[in-house]
Amino acid sequence: MNKKEESKAAQKDSSQIRQKNMIAAHYSRLARAPETGEKCAYTFVPGNLTELLRSFDLLPVLPEINALQSAMRGKSRDYIRLAEKAGHSEDVCTYVKCDLGMMESGNIGPTGERLPDPDLLLLSYTGCFTFMKWFEILREEYDAPVAMLHVPYQGDGEITDSMRKYVVDQLRNKVIPAMEKVSGRAYDEDRLKEELARSAKAEDDLVAVLESARNKPSPIDAYFGGVYYIGPIFTAFRGSEEAVGYYEALRAEIEERVRLGKGPITPDGEMGPEKYRIVVEGPPNWTSFREFWRMFAEEGAVVVASSYTKVGGVYDNGFRHDPSRPLETLAEYCMGCYTNLNLPSRVDMLVRYVEEYEADGLLINSIKSCNSFSAGQLMMLREVENRTGKPGGFIESDLVDPRYFSAANIKNRLESYFQMIEQKRAGVAARGA
Amino acid sequence: MSAADPKTLAERSEEIYRDYEFTTVRRWKERTGGLAIGYMPIYVPRELLHAQGCLPVGILGGGDDLEIIRGDAFYQSYICHIPRSTIELGLNGSLDCLDGMLFPAICDVIRNLSGIWKLKFPDKLSRYLDVPQVFEPELGGMFYRHELEELASELERRGAKPLEPEALRESIRVFNENRALVREVYDLRIREPWKVPSAELYVLMRAGLVLPVEEFTAMLREYLDGVRADEDRKPMDQARILLTGSFCEQPPLGLIKTLERAGCYIVDDDLVQIHRWLLHDIPEDGDPMDRLVQAFLDDSMESPTRYIDERGKGKELVERVEGSRAEGVIFCAPSFCDPALLDQPMVVKAVEKAGIPWTAFKYAENNGQFQVIREQAGTFADSIKLWSGV
Repeated sequence: MNKKEESKAAQKDSSQIRQKNMIAAHYSRLARAPETGEKCAYTFVPGNLTELLRSFDLLPVLPEINALQSAMRGKSRDYIRLAEKAGHSEDVCTYVKCDLGMMESGNIGPTGERLPDPDLLLLSYTGCFTFMKWFEILREEYDAPVAMLHVPYQGDGEITDSMRKYVVDQLRNKVIPAMEKVSGRAYDEDRLKEELARSAKAEDDLVAVLESARNKPSPIDAYFGGVYYIGPIFTAFRGSEEAVGYYEALRAEIEERVRLGKGPITPDGEMGPEKYRIVVEGPPNWTSFREFWRMFAEEGAVVVASSYTKVGGVYDNGFRHDPSRPLETLAEYCMGCYTNLNLPSRVDMLVRYVEEYEADGLLINSIKSCNSFSAGQLMMLREVENRTGKPGGFIESDLVDPRYFSAANIKNRLESYFQMIEQKRAGVAARGA
Repeated sequence: MSAADPKTLAERSEEIYRDYEFTTVRRWKERTGGLAIGYMPIYVPRELLHAQGCLPVGILGGGDDLEIIRGDAFYQSYICHIPRSTIELGLNGSLDCLDGMLFPAICDVIRNLSGIWKLKFPDKLSRYLDVPQVFEPELGGMFYRHELEELASELERRGAKPLEPEALRESIRVFNENRALVREVYDLRIREPWKVPSAELYVLMRAGLVLPVEEFTAMLREYLDGVRADEDRKPMDQARILLTGSFCEQPPLGLIKTLERAGCYIVDDDLVQIHRWLLHDIPEDGDPMDRLVQAFLDDSMESPTRYIDERGKGKELVERVEGSRAEGVIFCAPSFCDPALLDQPMVVKAVEKAGIPWTAFKYAENNGQFQVIREQAGTFADSIKLWSGV
């Protein structure tokens, strides 16, 4: 076995294989849906209502996931080009354009099979304005009903009774009837409660995994590795037995790494000594995901906490789905997703991460086409710097448009940032002496 | 020259619009001791603020005069310009006269600006005004009513009058009077666009964002009287176009003038949209808060910032083209404006289906060069005059 093969083998820990198999099986199930008669609902990761969908036997399709999968497989450039050729501006969200280009190209999913057309467009309008426009566009392309769920923003940093009632009333009076109509099944609250109980169990284990990064060295990378860990719970599996099993196994695997004093596994194998502990704000770039990760790993930089891994649900603040209040808990889940929090709350969370995870600083990956995340991040950076006394770094890239990933520029900036941390450490040491 | 000379009124309006010190607002505060409350595009229920003795002050960015010194430090490269200039106005002291700012739910940039405001100006009222995207009264209506009641309570805590139903009813009447005149002046522009040049109309509407509504109403009356009496305003052979996409960050005045000089009569537009957000008067009977809520739900413009359910995108624009007898559409959106630019391909489809000529370009509020736009708009106007109906 040569070095390259050894490296590849090292990446394939059992949880990752299991996760990949789960997601591939879901895509295959979707591809077979026209034959099996299973109905599917297109919806979004933030504010997803997976347990509710599952309680109606509806299969979720997540267009953002399709887009990022397309990017990781090198297909997004052509998809985006197709959408721009059709009149979509170069200025707008590249997830949308990638999705539209994929649809235009036959809607072939990441496993090479055609994805089914939607039976329902479940527009959970949570934390991102573009979601609304995205499904207005899709509605023009597909002959499918739209169930709109407007999730109020936490403008004042709290969920009020009025906000909760608004979401619950919409679920009860609009979303559930739409699901009943499409699925041909009646709402089964007992089944929903069972799903929610399983969600809470998986959420416990996910939080334990994410919080394992408090260890030194951290056994996980909570950003690059984190996106794999959140995969099942942010997509089609929250509420399922498979998710419960996956997160139990993942937690055991990570606890074993802690016991052995190991750092994270990277695409190139076990990571070397941990030199920098970083908190990252913003989504990753998907077109050069491994290259991007390698820029960190080669410098000994581990991401110990990230906001992106909270985009489909914030659980490390104590929130768990509560089966005793099924619709209320779904409402609170939706309103609690990261991009539905106001900027002061986001700053508080990042400050907490820097402090609790004993990080060397905050790095922001500002995404060109995502205003929900990006608008105001420079101010957030300064706030976190001021409150923690730790240096901040700022890089710019995009989600799935390779034209906006400048590897040399990002690498330079990262190296400068790590040097800044060194200087800060040297300054602290000198003052201590 | 009489006091009602429309050019004089336009000049005064332009002074008000370009006044970054907000002198008229400061004077109003000195005179009344009331709270001045700023708001971002597009729509806030000004009647409610008025009823509590507050002055609503529309803040539509910094335009093309404002030098951005600190605002750039808050934002990344790829974003529209209005948040940079607005934060600049906040940091350079221009907005010190405001006791608070409202940030309506129109996009993620304005939404996040509300958070920046909270952090940078913690002593001032800073409120994200969430608006419903489902329009059934028992769902979105109840939620919106509660949002408005919370806003009213917050204003009261900061020294505004308590919200009284009869005061709200009276404010609705005052704004209805204003809306009627706004409609009148826009209708006149449709009928006789040479009487109401869009550059004049624009600065008049901008002045109306900062003046007390009673003064703005008087100004509109004077303006209408003036232009009706002005015999020197003669028709020219211009193409009638509808301008769309400019509902938040505003184009520089120079761009509007450029379009007119390039041979376009702008007969309908999205500029300074709050004055026309509600399509009709708000009924003055019944529970005034219910009426205010209902107007938002049922009688608002079909903005790209509002979820459009069954009706289909673009139908409203085609109807506006027909209603204004426009001969073409110019899609004129700010760079990086998600609502406008994500909407545009859907609306273009509807416009093309209806056989309406169109063209498109983007701008930033601080653009200073219009040559390319002048050539594009001129060619578009010429093509309409030469080829429409062939």
